[in-house]
Amino acid sequence: MSEHHEHTESGSARSVEASAAAAATGGGAIAAEHKAPRYMAVFGGLAILTLIEVGVAFLGLPRAATILALLGMAVWKALLVALYYMHLRFEPGLLRLVAAAPLVPAAILILLVMLEY
Amino acid sequence: MTSHAATVESVLRRPEPGLGVYDKKVGMWVFLCSEVMFFAGLIGSYVILRFGASTSWPMPGEVLNVPITAANTFLLICSSVTMVKAFAAIEQGNQRGLRGFLLATALIGALFVTVQIFEYRELIHHGFTPASGLYGASFFTMTGFHGFHVTVGVICLLWATQKAFRGGYTQEDHEGVEVIGLYWHFVDLVWIILFTIVYLI
Repeated sequence: MSEHHEHTESGSARSVEASAAAAATGGGAIAAEHKAPRYMAVFGGLAILTLIEVGVAFLGLPRAATILALLGMAVWKALLVALYYMHLRFEPGLLRLVAAAPLVPAAILILLVMLEY
Repeated sequence: MTSHAATVESVLRRPEPGLGVYDKKVGMWVFLCSEVMFFAGLIGSYVILRFGASTSWPMPGEVLNVPITAANTFLLICSSVTMVKAFAAIEQGNQRGLRGFLLATALIGALFVTVQIFEYRELIHHGFTPASGLYGASFFTMTGFHGFHVTVGVICLLWATQKAFRGGYTQEDHEGVEVIGLYWHFVDLVWIILFTIVYLI
């Protein structure tokens, strides 16, 4: 725990490098080498998913299947951004809890009104 | 080492209290939580208006230009990569990389807003305005508020860019880059959801 906090304290290792993997490899520079390609992989995933989304929207699939597929891909893309670009995957659990907190009332706000239709 | 210096040293090395991250980041996340609720309200309203609409709702591509907006979505995704690359650059003390990627992010963001303005102009030219029923009102409200957020983000990015060019961020102190990055990625994330709901469904 203390090692983790020392990493989060130092300027070069406040976020991504706070992961256990970074601690195990002993420094931010090594972790940065590993995360740089991951950023591009996430970018590739986002770009491909966007292309598939546009294709699915005009494919003429049954309406319900289209909506489910599109919403699924949108959530997938949003998770990629939140977990990797916003570093939530590497943040302390409490901060992740804070970030996830508004999703509950947001889900109530959106999903419950959908039940009426 | 004097006792005073030792005390200062121990305070500086003490783990961050509370959530375990620095205050600016916590502040930004709390702000983003409120932003989630703001956009959830808009999306919830859209769901009610759309599924409760007495008249048929236009299908994808009937009114809106999906290919141009898909390209614009791709632009925003690119800007997220450049933003995170700027952060990765300063993490390694790469000042040149930080400046270049920050500037690229601001420019791509500005291009996104420009394309959106062009899109609005075309739509209004063809008679589709905020006064064009529930569809027009909800479309311009949701995309307009998002565009406003992007514009604020671009202004913040330009400010961060000029600070970077003055050497205002270092490998040891670059909290501002990460905090602005969080906001920018959130704006990208919101657009991912809005693009699907407003343009594709």
